[in-house]
Amino acid sequence: MAKAAQVEEAAATQVTFLEAIRQAMFEEMERDPAVVLIGEDVGVYGGAFKCSAGLLERFGWERVMDTPIAETGLIGAAFGMSILGLRPIAELQFIDFIACCFNQITNFVAKSHYRGGPPAAMVIRGPSAGGQHSGPLHSQNPEMYFVHTPGLKVIYPSTPYDAKGLLKSAVRDNNPVLFIEHKYLYRRIKEELPREEYTVPIGKAMVRRPGRHLTIVSYAAMMHTSLAAAEELAREGIEAEVIDLRTLLPLDKETILNSVRHTNKLLIVHEDTRTGGIAGEIAAIVCEEAFDDLDGPIERVTSLDTPVPFAPTMEEYFLPNAEKVAAAARKLAKY
Amino acid sequence: MKHPLKREQLLELYYFMKLNRELEDAMVRLFRQNKLMSGLYQSLGQEAISIGTAYALEERDWLAPMIRNIGAMLVKGFPPRDVFTQHMARLTAPTRGKDSTSHFGDYKRRAVGPISMLGDLIPVMTGVAMAGRYLGQNIVTLTWIGDGGSSTGAFHEGLGLAASQRAPIIVVIENNQWAYSTPVARQVPLKDLADRAKAYGIPSFIVDGNDVLAVYDVTKDAVELCRAGNGPVIIEAKTHRMKGHAQHDPAEYVPKEMFEYWKARDPIARFEKYLTDNKLWTEAGRKEILARIEREIAEDQKFAEESPMPPPEMAAEGVYCESGCHDIRPEWKRPVAEVTPPRSSVKSEWTVSNEDGYGEWQQPAEARDLAGAAGNGGGAAARPDGRNGGARNRKSKPARVTKSKGRR
Repeated sequence: MAKAAQVEEAAATQVTFLEAIRQAMFEEMERDPAVVLIGEDVGVYGGAFKCSAGLLERFGWERVMDTPIAETGLIGAAFGMSILGLRPIAELQFIDFIACCFNQITNFVAKSHYRGGPPAAMVIRGPSAGGQHSGPLHSQNPEMYFVHTPGLKVIYPSTPYDAKGLLKSAVRDNNPVLFIEHKYLYRRIKEELPREEYTVPIGKAMVRRPGRHLTIVSYAAMMHTSLAAAEELAREGIEAEVIDLRTLLPLDKETILNSVRHTNKLLIVHEDTRTGGIAGEIAAIVCEEAFDDLDGPIERVTSLDTPVPFAPTMEEYFLPNAEKVAAAARKLAKY
Repeated sequence: MKHPLKREQLLELYYFMKLNRELEDAMVRLFRQNKLMSGLYQSLGQEAISIGTAYALEERDWLAPMIRNIGAMLVKGFPPRDVFTQHMARLTAPTRGKDSTSHFGDYKRRAVGPISMLGDLIPVMTGVAMAGRYLGQNIVTLTWIGDGGSSTGAFHEGLGLAASQRAPIIVVIENNQWAYSTPVARQVPLKDLADRAKAYGIPSFIVDGNDVLAVYDVTKDAVELCRAGNGPVIIEAKTHRMKGHAQHDPAEYVPKEMFEYWKARDPIARFEKYLTDNKLWTEAGRKEILARIEREIAEDQKFAEESPMPPPEMAAEGVYCESGCHDIRPEWKRPVAEVTPPRSSVKSEWTVSNEDGYGEWQQPAEARDLAGAAGNGGGAAARPDGRNGGARNRKSKPARVTKSKGRR
């Protein structure tokens, strides 16, 4: 009985990825009245995925704003609020809809500082990615459009701890931050979070699993896929070092290069499509700065260069998985 | 005039309009001498709109110019040298050579610089208006859009959001008859672009854009409406673009008769006649204003021409604000306690009352009435079970006079 009670208590303090995001917003709004939330159905309904459940009750109609279905309108308004010194968090119901406000983000928000004004201190966040049979328009990974936009920061976390700590850092950052939430992780990943206040620095990758035979660089859900592959590889005697990028822009080159310098082999895994994915950028950086340290070709495991298909059979074929990652790692380990 | 102006103010209006025109004339000369690094968008014939609207704002109010609103920036306190240096890509320019033309602002002066994409300032200035209300600053925001720009999605998304929020923003549609080469009749089947306001249930005005006093007067009305919580407001100022889209465009597509019609209604000539007819200035006084303008333009042009270009390596700077280069914090003009828990806490549910200031729920009209009004006879506009009205019919009447409660 005592043991069961302990287990139950431990389970009670386990926080989902989604709850971590809610906690971050809640705590930041509690800390600073300049922080407001704007989006579609974020108020009474608490957000399409319930990320903002309870925020309206606590902070009221002025700080939790439901908008018409107008992504350009709400991102523009969030930018306008930032001009007066507020720190708005703008929620996109699905990150796919970021295409509707691409102009506001890339031309207005991101360039604000470079064009002579203060930066737009705001966060744009929303659920992304596939693996849940949501079809081509609710499963996308749009990060590289924005990694290619100087002036933005782009965060794509993989754990509840990081999601909370990075979102809090994003709210406090003076620059506009795109915070992408892999919705496959929302309710699947849980961990215990510190009771005390903490933040996670933007722009720092971390080594999730040390290894010496090759480096696997990944982020978001594919970080978990890479860890699963590393587990399998370990049973075969291949020790893979797994790096979680956490922030895509600015990219933490040092952590990647340091790892490659001691494993001498690099595999990059992302759920984004292949052409123009961040793997290409990382490969270029490693070739420029650590070419002599490489003992084999830089490999990548990515989604196909297609839209995200709906049918589970096709989506599974489209996405990377642990088997595909392990296969690429085995090939690379032979060099 | 409903909002009378003192003689000095009338002369100041003239000063700004004439400065606007002379400044642009000086810029045309520089353009022809190849001394501008950028294109040049003139507001010839439209000066009364920039000046009259901006002059109706108070210092605390915010504006965001479009390409033909350099005059408004002059009213807001930007010197001609900012315009020269912007076009000449100098280090001394407001954007330090990072951007061109009228793409500059200054948050300290409460001006937001535009981007080239039309309509996007409307949601942005809606956000400024919403934030101003939240912070208790009692500000009004104002921006301009052309007849062409009023077709963009951003225009509609911005105004829809502004209307749903009752944001204190004024959108001035400068109907200058041409979107580049396309006449207004080929853009939108409306006689008056002010009618766009009907779609948002907001007040609108139509004004002769070549009459600076009328423009000022109507903008004052709009400011009062916004200040009282009855924004947003659309003002359509009817005018004519007297040059091409930019310097490169000879505007051969504009019928000669149109140019002649509007030339006879030149806003500056008209205002000069008004000042003379009403004995508001003397010849000496007029010459004094002109001499001042000439001097200021010459000085600022010299300043710009003598200013250096930015050093090449500056291109790599200023993408991000790190290590505290900006201190971003709001200016509270109301007790913070009002927006922090527990005072901010509410019951999270939609109600049929007017508690949050969005307007009261009204029972939908009979289905057949709506069907008749919609003119489609299909009854698709309403359901007999009343579901069309939803739990919250946010705005039941186009003309609102109720003040919002619980929102400032």
